[in-house]
Amino acid sequence: MQTYKLKNKVYILDGFSMVGPLEGKGPLKDYFDYVIQDDTLKEKTFEKSERKLLYDLIINAVDKARLKISDIDFFIGGDLLNQIVSSSYTARELNLPFIGLYSACANMTESLAISSIFVDNKIADNIVSATCTHFSSAERQYRFPLELGNQRPPTAQWTITGGGACIVSKTPSKIRIEAVTFGKVIDYGISDVNNMGAAMAPAACDTIKTHLENTKHKVSDYDMILTGDLGKLGSEILIDLMEHENIILGQNYSDCGCMIYDKTERVFMGGSGAGCSASVLNSYVLYKMKKGDFKRVLMVSTGALMSTTTSQQGDTIPGIAHAVELVYESNSTEKENKTNSNKANNGNKKTSKSVSNSSKHRKTSTIKRRLA
Amino acid sequence: MDKDKRNINYNIYVESKVPKTRAWPSLIKAFILGGTICAIGQGLFDMYTHFFPSLSESEVSTCMLMTIIFITCLLTGIGVYDVIGAWGGAGSVIPITGFSNSISSPAIEFKKEGIIYGICVKMFTIAGPVIVCGVVGSIICGFIGYFM
Repeated sequence: MQTYKLKNKVYILDGFSMVGPLEGKGPLKDYFDYVIQDDTLKEKTFEKSERKLLYDLIINAVDKARLKISDIDFFIGGDLLNQIVSSSYTARELNLPFIGLYSACANMTESLAISSIFVDNKIADNIVSATCTHFSSAERQYRFPLELGNQRPPTAQWTITGGGACIVSKTPSKIRIEAVTFGKVIDYGISDVNNMGAAMAPAACDTIKTHLENTKHKVSDYDMILTGDLGKLGSEILIDLMEHENIILGQNYSDCGCMIYDKTERVFMGGSGAGCSASVLNSYVLYKMKKGDFKRVLMVSTGALMSTTTSQQGDTIPGIAHAVELVYESNSTEKENKTNSNKANNGNKKTSKSVSNSSKHRKTSTIKRRLA
Repeated sequence: MDKDKRNINYNIYVESKVPKTRAWPSLIKAFILGGTICAIGQGLFDMYTHFFPSLSESEVSTCMLMTIIFITCLLTGIGVYDVIGAWGGAGSVIPITGFSNSISSPAIEFKKEGIIYGICVKMFTIAGPVIVCGVVGSIICGFIGYFM
């Protein structure tokens, strides 16, 4: 079946998000763990900056979950650059077994889904699942040079600088992964590369519909249904397509691409990129779930699977969407505290790297040290 | 419903949802920016004619173009021209400034890939088609002109 319901309890231990300066001014600025002020990250090329971003994300996510890199069994992730170089080069630095993925901007949920299946089947105890994008490296690869004075069409989206990493683990926490749905590749014949939302919306529609059917849930069961980066136009199309399937997406539906930027920014239809859903999931969504504001969330990252070559040859854009269902687990708090305090004690004995969740100051200073 | 029909219907539906670029504001902005650039060019032309009376008209016009190209490259390098271009659209593309920007921006961008494979190869990725079209167009016009 397309939907896999996890047999055992698999949790998201913690997540870490980092975004660039523009995203850091947006409506979700208070939720991000760290806002980069200099988007080069003091590297010579933007590709190197993206790599550093991913490395920092993973190191800090592991720290935040009070683990050590040696506790991690796998790194599962991908990115948007050709041959997923950012992830592979990051894996080289981390010295972890690496499973590289590519489903464009749907990387986050794909890696979460695969990680959770690994943990569910007791292949691994802790897996770091991460992805990120960098505006400048994506522009270089997919579009025009940064300094070219061109205009964008109104349907264009803005690739975000940022990303997220989270630790999928068997150790109890407040956020449990209940079911995952792998999407089909769906192409409705859109060939405009500046209108990705319209190209990806049918895939999102199919995945959400399949997930709801297989889990026997209704839209109203969710506190939030979140698509990855459909943007303003794409999410309007999704609402229409779902209505056609007799599923009404209400107030509980939103899109990460629409949430991440302020309305005043010149980002047209909103944010896009693998980092878009990754950063929103690991900041806003996890925060709200930890607090118990959201009890059940359906995260559906969406990806457009074309390349510059195929689109120049006039091919249409296939879309994909993977869904991950997250639930709030209130009774795990006690267990979690116990385990965490044990882990923290162990961690403190061996290393002073552990980061306190409550102390924002300490957290920031650790990150700064990591970034330096 | 077969796939082709579904895709055609979907494309028609998407087309109806796509927000249209408003023509008048874009045209006015392009007119203002393009006009300003041309006025600066004319100003430079008059200035050169005034200060260097020994130069012929074609030499003055070459000097004026060189100055404009230099200013554009400088503005591209310091990251100002893309903002101007995003505002003014065709107003910044049609004058020689657009051509200058389309060559200097990939040169800056791909410097990291080295001088040969970066700058030299990528420099004409955007301006290349303009040069090719210009050369082919002039060959055709030349032929027509020769036989007329």
